[in-house]
Amino acid sequence: MPFILRRLGFYVVAAWVALTVNFFLPRAVPGNAVEAIMSKFPSLQPSAYRALEAMLGVGHAGSIWHQYVSYLNDVLHLNFGISSSEYPAHVSTLLAQTIPWTLALVGTATVIAFLLGTLLGILAGWRHGGWLERLLPALMFLQAIPYFFLALLLLYVLAINVHIFPIGQGYAGGLVPGWHWSFISSAILHSLLPAFTIVITSVAGWMLQMRNVMITTIGEDYVLAAQAKGLRDRRVIFGYAARNALLPQLQGFGLALGFVVSGAIVMEIVFSYPGIGLLLLNAVTSDDYPLAQAIFLVITFAVLLANLIVDLVIVAVDPRARTREAA
Amino acid sequence: MTTALPINVELPGLSGAPARQLGRWRRLPLKAKAGVILLGFFVLIAIIGPLVTPYDPGFQNPNPALSMNAPSAAHLLGTTQSGQDVLSQLLVGIRLTLVLALLVGVIATALSVIVGVAAAFLGGIWDELLSLAINVFLVIPALPLLIVLLGYLPHTGQTATILVLAGLGWPWGARVIRAQTLTIRNRDFIAASRESGESSWRIIVSEIVPNEVSLIAANFVNTVLYAIGASVALAFIGVTNLSSWSLGTMLYWAESQQALQFGAWWWFVPPGLAVALMGTSLVLLNTGIDELGNPRLRDANQRAKVNGRRLLPTDPTPVLHAALPSERRSPVTAFMRSFSRSAYVSDRAQRLSAAKPSEGER
Repeated sequence: MPFILRRLGFYVVAAWVALTVNFFLPRAVPGNAVEAIMSKFPSLQPSAYRALEAMLGVGHAGSIWHQYVSYLNDVLHLNFGISSSEYPAHVSTLLAQTIPWTLALVGTATVIAFLLGTLLGILAGWRHGGWLERLLPALMFLQAIPYFFLALLLLYVLAINVHIFPIGQGYAGGLVPGWHWSFISSAILHSLLPAFTIVITSVAGWMLQMRNVMITTIGEDYVLAAQAKGLRDRRVIFGYAARNALLPQLQGFGLALGFVVSGAIVMEIVFSYPGIGLLLLNAVTSDDYPLAQAIFLVITFAVLLANLIVDLVIVAVDPRARTREAA
Repeated sequence: MTTALPINVELPGLSGAPARQLGRWRRLPLKAKAGVILLGFFVLIAIIGPLVTPYDPGFQNPNPALSMNAPSAAHLLGTTQSGQDVLSQLLVGIRLTLVLALLVGVIATALSVIVGVAAAFLGGIWDELLSLAINVFLVIPALPLLIVLLGYLPHTGQTATILVLAGLGWPWGARVIRAQTLTIRNRDFIAASRESGESSWRIIVSEIVPNEVSLIAANFVNTVLYAIGASVALAFIGVTNLSSWSLGTMLYWAESQQALQFGAWWWFVPPGLAVALMGTSLVLLNTGIDELGNPRLRDANQRAKVNGRRLLPTDPTPVLHAALPSERRSPVTAFMRSFSRSAYVSDRAQRLSAAKPSEGER
């Protein structure tokens, strides 16, 4: 399938760009990262300079090309170095601890929001001028609210004023993570509010986008023809109009994924949810550069992978994508 | 440049200009009007806000009785933990947030115009390379990269934030502008100006870009929206300059000094609400611009009514006496059916016939 191969090639290039940016970032910063840390902590002795250099991989011996190759080799073997803030934990260990949390929460909530928003958008577009349309201004307001602000509000109202939900964290203190019911139920209870935040703030965007495409699609002749054939409305909506309107929506999903993930990162910080966003904040505030960079890479790769899945879905839904030469 | 355009001829009729502009304003979609008014309100605050602040926003009142006071006559929006006036911070913060977002919008939009037009106009290998760059930066999530970048910069002043935000905010616009330029460059008037020996620069500056003004404007609005969201989020998590007052730094201090736990809603609700309303005004503005370009998206209330109900473009010809049997439906089917178009017509016909039974039946 040429389409999928082309897309695959594109993602490889994107991944390479992310890796390269990641490699040159600490080397292109004015001053260099070691001096930045030294200036942030005046109490550090000059002898710490060498240690910092070794830690950040700045003082590597050999040419820049040599460093680049060994860096790529390290990433390929998931060797991201040692975290300085949680010394002596390996960065990859920290990542392995936090990724499942974020994946379960952000992944599930995003898929739910996308499906719900698309369905609402189909209905709103089909019944253009109906009651769902009257909600549009409110939805635009929801769309414009920053994720973390809604998170703050929900936390304030539902967790602090009314004690329905816990104030944050991934599970109740004192529980040992594992596959037993008390832990799982606690984790689910703790993830409800964050998931709700993601769904509320992103559902409006999907809905508006789907509605707009749907309205344009309904004007097409094939929808009129389907109606003229006397097909049932459900068939016309989902088999003709929505199926075609879904393609731009899916492409938009891939592109907007970066935004959703970014918002979710900040949201995690509000809820002190033990995911990758909180880890990123801790890494940056404690100048743990190896960890911060590895997290950036992981998030980017996750978004690229999700995009690839979206492409596969597009190929499955759209016969044109299967035959089309250009991506 | 030919400045002596025929517009000058119409100068005597200048008195008609305000009326004409008013007419144009009336024809704007309602959403665009609401957006303009709301945004104008914030621009006004940004201009005069810092001049009318009741207190110095940074002044920490040493009086312990003034710590985290609820809104009162002296402090209309209450005080922070260290006795600072929230209203003053808000008035100053709106300016910084808005100015920063507008600057990012200008720089990023300029970048997207340059990259988009260059890619489409140069074509060939340049187009391939620039499109690849656009798509790669579209797919790489911006916020984690922003956080890491700002973490590395030794002195995170406002300039660094603006440049970094603009440096990652251009690909969305560049993609759209490239597509539009591709269609424009094949039009006849471009071919004509090329035949008449115009230089490429002149074609770009005075033929292509003026034809994309509405697109560039929409893209600018979108970029400002992105800049507000990103800059507030970055300040909120504390990786930008925290020494000056913006809506994001207000939220940062409120969160880090536990306004939530102490129930000081007046500390974090006003800045968050201001961000949300600013964003809403921009979303409204953009939807309005969309509706100007695509009349199908307009509100259905502006449509003609036929027989008391709104007619949609794809509606079948209304049939007032449908011969549908009134079969029983499950609630789910009935709900789904209520979204269909035929439900409009047949339900109405049924209701009519149920309300006043026809003469023939008696």
